[in-house]
Amino acid sequence: MDFQVVVLAGGTSETLSPLVSKDVPKALLPVANRPLLSYALDLLEASDLKDLIVVVEGQEAARLVGAWVSSAYLDRLCVEVLAVSEDLGSAGALRAISKRLTANDILVISGDLVTDVLPGAVAATHRRNGAAVTALLCSVPVSGPSETASSSGKDKAKKPNRLNIVGLDKTKQFLLHIVSGTDVEKDVRVHKRKIQAVGQMEIRSDLMDAHLYAFKRTILQDVLEQKEAYRSIRLEVLPYLVRSQLRSAPSGGHGTTVGETGNSAVLSSGNLQCLSQHHVITPSAFKQDALSRSHGGHRCCAYIATKSKYCHRLNSIQSYCDINRDVIGEASHLSGYSFSAQNNIIHPSSVLGSKTTIGPHCILAEGSQLGDKCSVKRSVIGRHCRISSNVKIVNSVVMNHVVIEDGCHIQGSVVCNNVQLQERSVLKDCQIGAGYIVTAGSEHKAESLARK
Amino acid sequence: MSKKSRSRGGGGAGAAAGDDHEDLARPPPLQAVLLADSFTLKFRPITLERPKVLLPLVHMPMIEYTLTWLESAGVDEAFVFCCAHSHQVKEYLEKSGWAEKAGAGSMAVTAVESHDAISAGDALRVIYERGVIHGDFILISGDTISNMSLKDALQEHMDRKKKDPLAVMTMIIKHSKPSILTHQTRLGNDEIVMAIDPETKELLYYEDRADNSHLYVTIDKDILTNNPSLQLHNDMEDCYIDICSPEVLSLFTDNFDYQHLRRHFVKGLLVDDIMGYKIYTHELRSGYAARIDNFRSYDTVSKDVIQRWTYPMVPDVISSGDCSESRLHRQGIYKASDVTLSHSAQIGANSVVGSGTRIGDHCKVLNSVIGEGCKIGKNVLINGSYIWDNVIIEDGCKVSNSLVCGGVHLKAGAIVEPGCVLSFNVEVGKNVGVPAHSKVSLLPQPSNEDSDEELEYADTNSGVTESPPFSSMRSNGDQATVPSEDESGTFEIGTCGVVGYIWTSGDTGILEEWRQSIAPIPKEKLEELQHAVSEDDGSEDESNNPTQPDKDDSSDIAVEDDDPFSKFEKEVEETFQRALGGGVNRDNLILEINGLRLAYSLQHADCAGAVFYSVMKSALVAAQSTNDTLLKTTAEALGKWKDLLRNYTKTVDEEMEILLKFEEMCQETTKEFSPLFSKILPFLYDTEVVSEDAIMRWAEEKEHADESDKVFVKQSEAFIQWLKEAEEEDDEEEE
Repeated sequence: MDFQVVVLAGGTSETLSPLVSKDVPKALLPVANRPLLSYALDLLEASDLKDLIVVVEGQEAARLVGAWVSSAYLDRLCVEVLAVSEDLGSAGALRAISKRLTANDILVISGDLVTDVLPGAVAATHRRNGAAVTALLCSVPVSGPSETASSSGKDKAKKPNRLNIVGLDKTKQFLLHIVSGTDVEKDVRVHKRKIQAVGQMEIRSDLMDAHLYAFKRTILQDVLEQKEAYRSIRLEVLPYLVRSQLRSAPSGGHGTTVGETGNSAVLSSGNLQCLSQHHVITPSAFKQDALSRSHGGHRCCAYIATKSKYCHRLNSIQSYCDINRDVIGEASHLSGYSFSAQNNIIHPSSVLGSKTTIGPHCILAEGSQLGDKCSVKRSVIGRHCRISSNVKIVNSVVMNHVVIEDGCHIQGSVVCNNVQLQERSVLKDCQIGAGYIVTAGSEHKAESLARK
Repeated sequence: MSKKSRSRGGGGAGAAAGDDHEDLARPPPLQAVLLADSFTLKFRPITLERPKVLLPLVHMPMIEYTLTWLESAGVDEAFVFCCAHSHQVKEYLEKSGWAEKAGAGSMAVTAVESHDAISAGDALRVIYERGVIHGDFILISGDTISNMSLKDALQEHMDRKKKDPLAVMTMIIKHSKPSILTHQTRLGNDEIVMAIDPETKELLYYEDRADNSHLYVTIDKDILTNNPSLQLHNDMEDCYIDICSPEVLSLFTDNFDYQHLRRHFVKGLLVDDIMGYKIYTHELRSGYAARIDNFRSYDTVSKDVIQRWTYPMVPDVISSGDCSESRLHRQGIYKASDVTLSHSAQIGANSVVGSGTRIGDHCKVLNSVIGEGCKIGKNVLINGSYIWDNVIIEDGCKVSNSLVCGGVHLKAGAIVEPGCVLSFNVEVGKNVGVPAHSKVSLLPQPSNEDSDEELEYADTNSGVTESPPFSSMRSNGDQATVPSEDESGTFEIGTCGVVGYIWTSGDTGILEEWRQSIAPIPKEKLEELQHAVSEDDGSEDESNNPTQPDKDDSSDIAVEDDDPFSKFEKEVEETFQRALGGGVNRDNLILEINGLRLAYSLQHADCAGAVFYSVMKSALVAAQSTNDTLLKTTAEALGKWKDLLRNYTKTVDEEMEILLKFEEMCQETTKEFSPLFSKILPFLYDTEVVSEDAIMRWAEEKEHADESDKVFVKQSEAFIQWLKEAEEEDDEEEE
């Protein structure tokens, strides 16, 4: 396939602090003990998309990511890691590397996407429709600390958070309208002409833009060039393309040859459908397909993932917890590990004390030791952790080389590398940055602690 | 079957509840409310003389189609609500035998009469008061043509009601056919945008106004919260067939301000969410249903009838009463058996010729319907037109895409251009051309047509409009017809022209005419529409950038902030122009201007400036060219309107305002006045529009101004000097 893949791996995101730091850029943040980026790369490899550009914000982060990629994917992928300056936004990052894009179609994927939707399927849809852009839409994931009944009840009262409002044509192939960002909480305004042109539009508020796009290169480069102020693909570039798709003349005559065959295929099937309906319902004088897209403009398509597919972006602390929970839980096929009969993974090199229990949906990585009478439920424990006796870990992520002393309770928290939890400290819904020392007997609730 | 169900249905309500199967097998008698009045004016002027439901659609009155369908759909009892021309409707019901049919197995038809109903809402309130509706009923207007089967829709409605008693109405909708060119429904009615829940088919949003003032469809965010997915439809037609629960009637009674079925009732239920009542839709997938709402849909539906989409409601299957049977020939030509047709006459495809009609040599009839007893001369061309009964068309006439009512007489060589409507008994003289989109009637156009929600009352509207001169009447022949203007302002043309009043188009204006007339949509309009589709979308995009909402908003506000005054000025000017045209008298003008002032919340002084500006502008328009004439017309205008101006120049401040305005005009907008400033100023003084105090103050104020600002003070130095001296003299005298 003549696709060039751009993976936007981010840098050291502020929103994820204290989990990410200079030493651990977002791309390398362990999710179920695997770097986040590996999920996207494995996925691309599975779709046979092996020619990748990984864009990382910041030189230092790029070096770290590059080192990891070259060791992990040495023979498997052809990866080029490029550094761009920070705070460019997704569109800015693309603009910065725009000259490196040569293929007809560009697949842009966010490095923080954890999904089992094959990018190849999106790319194929893109090709089939001859689209200017094809966006992956998936159902809005269940968010929140779930398990506990009380909080899920609260969530229901709040109603699922709306991320996007999209308008689709009746075949659900074309993206006719998209609202993102802060506008989603407002009333929906749809241009009447648009509805007139398509006749029927489906408005969905239960779909989210997963930040996986296939672009026609020429159109993408044009937009990036002309709209210099655009920073975000999701908030600006895509809505712009969707808005401008009914325009009579696109910004130049290029890029049409590729689409031609796809065009006719889709339109003719659309026509058939229309005609058959007209046959039944409407008498005198047949009218042609109302999709007026054929008059020169580009078209925006959507690939809608089925409900059963997992699709989640790691862009907040909450989503980090959610994804960890899901990857070792209901979406365990994503982790790439094979789970034991007890539905957990305990590395053979780890040592468990007596009366220590590891519940289902847990991962215990190599070289970690647990003392007596410990209990671990629905949690991830990294490499070479030393955990003493009477420690309870529930719904949490413990990264590598963490020391946990006697009697600690950890619930719903994330504990980063090299943290030391002294005796009887209690953490609930906390994030502990790398290298931090939690003093003995202290209790923390919903706090974010980091070394200064 | 229906008789059986009725006799048993009365007896055992308890038994019915006991057994579901039984219950389904024998529903209570099905009732229908048929509104034999559309409460609109779209078929004027014809409806002044005959109610819309009795207008012939391919030889049969529309109501006949509706009643026939209701009967075939299993309705047991129909109530025909008549209002305008109720006696005609009742007479028809009796004559056609519907009223007597109340026997077994057929539908009982009862007329319900009311004369003060002015809307569908009133009609339903009357029906409610009569207490004749006992269960779910079908609500339909008498101009609806359908052959659909109601069974599924009814069943759906009943099932839904059992589960959810708040589901009070099921609206029948149909996939419409948007034209690829116009994106318009072919019925010429307002385009409907509705939002429907794809799962439950609940109607969530309904908008049927096609005005382009709302470029956007706005869906409330709450709707989205409750329905994560919804379908926005522009490709659906409302068939105006509703299955209603009895609650609908009581809702109309409770909300006495509900008039229009869709605009008020449906909107009210959807937006105001009264008691959580819900409306559902049923999409018609097979069968035909359409409502004749305007001339274009009359045309379209007629064609559909001829092409047998409405089977069994087609000319050769049901024929009303006494007329001899018409037979279908090849190519969709229906001819009654006793048509006298010249051998050289040519009847094209999809045409209907009624009995007793005679067609002369070398005539051509294409895609047209010709009624009974018509006499058509030689060399007549009739294309895409509807000729009703007993029309006489003499030799060499041409009629295209028009509606010609009964008894019309077209004299030799008359030409009726597309889109015309000739009402009953109109006469068109020799070689006269009736221009496109004319509406001609023997009755004068009633005056009080300010709302389109009005009645089809002929008798109440006796007044005649003061319509603006309408002069598109021209003779095509060598014989020039000079329209003689009668007192009322409409033309009545002698035998050489047209007998009848030419109606001016109402509020909608000639611009909207093409949309609803029989004539094909003109090419330019098609192009325009197509352009609009592509252009509008492009223009929207920059302003609608989601990332800069703040910036956009603020700039919008800014634009509006500085706008009001110039807007106000413009409106005053327009009002003044109207006054000049003679439409408004002086007192009303003052009232109107005051109204505008309040509407824009401006000061009295602002008014003075604006009015002065308008007066001067009018003088300028009248004068043109030379300074002398300008001075003269200005003097005239000031003389004429000094009372008006004085009304606004009660204080020195306001007088100052006028002077400043004058100055500003001379400098900016209307430089023509600048050389005349010093000459007009004394005139203002003489007419007492501006007092000497004001002039002195103005001069004083300007003394400290820039050199450029002083131009006019200098120009009128002599006059100011004179004023000063006069003042001193006055003072001296007083002393």
